Amino acid sequence: MIDFGFTLSKSSTVDLTTLDRSRYDQLIKLVPTARMCMNCGSCGATCTVGEYKGMSVRKVLYGIQRGEDVKAMLSSCMLCGKCTMVCPRGINTRNLILNLCKIYD
Amino acid sequence: MKQNIVIIGGGIAGLEAAKQIHNLGYQTFLVEKSDHLGGHVASWHRLFPDMIATKPLIKDMISAIKGVTVFLETQVNDVEGVREGYRLSLSNGINITAQAVLVASGFQLFEAQRKEEYGYGIYDHVITNADLEAWMNGNKDQRIPAAPKAIGFVHCVGSRDLKAGNSQCSKVCCMTAIKQAIEMKERFPNAEVYCFYMDLRLFGKKYEDFYINAQRDFGIHFVRGRVSEVSETIDGRLQVKAEDTLIGRPLKVQLDTLVLMSGMCCNPLIQKLAEQARLEIDSDGFLKSRDNITNIIESGREGIFFAGACTGTKTVPETVAEARAAALSIHNYLLQND
Repeated sequence: MIDFGFTLSKSSTVDLTTLDRSRYDQLIKLVPTARMCMNCGSCGATCTVGEYKGMSVRKVLYGIQRGEDVKAMLSSCMLCGKCTMVCPRGINTRNLILNLCKIYD
Repeated sequence: MKQNIVIIGGGIAGLEAAKQIHNLGYQTFLVEKSDHLGGHVASWHRLFPDMIATKPLIKDMISAIKGVTVFLETQVNDVEGVREGYRLSLSNGINITAQAVLVASGFQLFEAQRKEEYGYGIYDHVITNADLEAWMNGNKDQRIPAAPKAIGFVHCVGSRDLKAGNSQCSKVCCMTAIKQAIEMKERFPNAEVYCFYMDLRLFGKKYEDFYINAQRDFGIHFVRGRVSEVSETIDGRLQVKAEDTLIGRPLKVQLDTLVLMSGMCCNPLIQKLAEQARLEIDSDGFLKSRDNITNIIESGREGIFFAGACTGTKTVPETVAEARAAALSIHNYLLQND
């Protein structure tokens, strides 16, 4: 490639029209209540590894809806289940994580 | 002699108040500027949260005001304080001396074309909440394609918008958007439906349950971010831009129809009347009540009362409750003055 002395920055725009949401769609089939997340953040606030690894079920769930790679976050989960206890919408977040790991496998 | 009560506005507030005031034995006059009763609600299709149809509701309300003198296509030209109360000259040439006046002039929907960046009246597939209700009532609308693949709803159009002159939250649009999103998903199950919101304000009875249904049972996508601009693609679809504020990234999506949730503004026609009757305007642009806690239905002037959205954005049940309360307040006021 010819070096013009400059490069273009990669766009950070989320394009919902072309986005691959297949992982999210697969997850919804296995854990339908995942749709009920209202992004309150209780799960991330209570997460044992959240402050060290940036883990948050909210971020994981939102990330797969926006085409982000959430594998690193998933792998830091210790499956302690505290997020399931605090979720006000009663989403079985622990089950959600386990199922999402299966989808990634 | 029977005392005269004039009600300005024949929407749901005026209708409910007319029924109650007439039942209390007063000579009741209902003045409506348009050619029909029922106001904005009459042109709506169904009402949240129980999705009841508006047509039979309005029909019942109208049939309950037999004995009330109704003037359609009539406006109040002038109001003058007199010894007995107020003398109103109507545009149909009739003058009435009323012992009490109830202002139920309601609201006006924000004119969506004022938010030019959303393209209402510019692009082919941008409509308002009111247009969508008219379509659901059976009116044809070329702007809604036969099989849309993606539909968007923009919350807070002309509401919570200081620059548009409306700092107030229009209160009902979050629920209306969710209701209409569900109705569209029911009609077009294969379409993706997006709601663009800043906050979801679901304060009323069963509103939050309605939101959960929209998420769980209908898979409506909620995107937190205000739409910044709409443009048209080369194939005639709409491209919408917003920031997804939950992940802090810009976001775009192509849609086949975009519905703008126009908010409630104070009815501008009431401004002249307010001047004539020396009624104050509150800092939010709506009519000013005696106080906003326990005397919302009383104006600052003796014998003039308010009901419904003339004093602020209101839901249907709030408006109906206020209309009943206003009827009782007028009754008590007239008993005291006897």
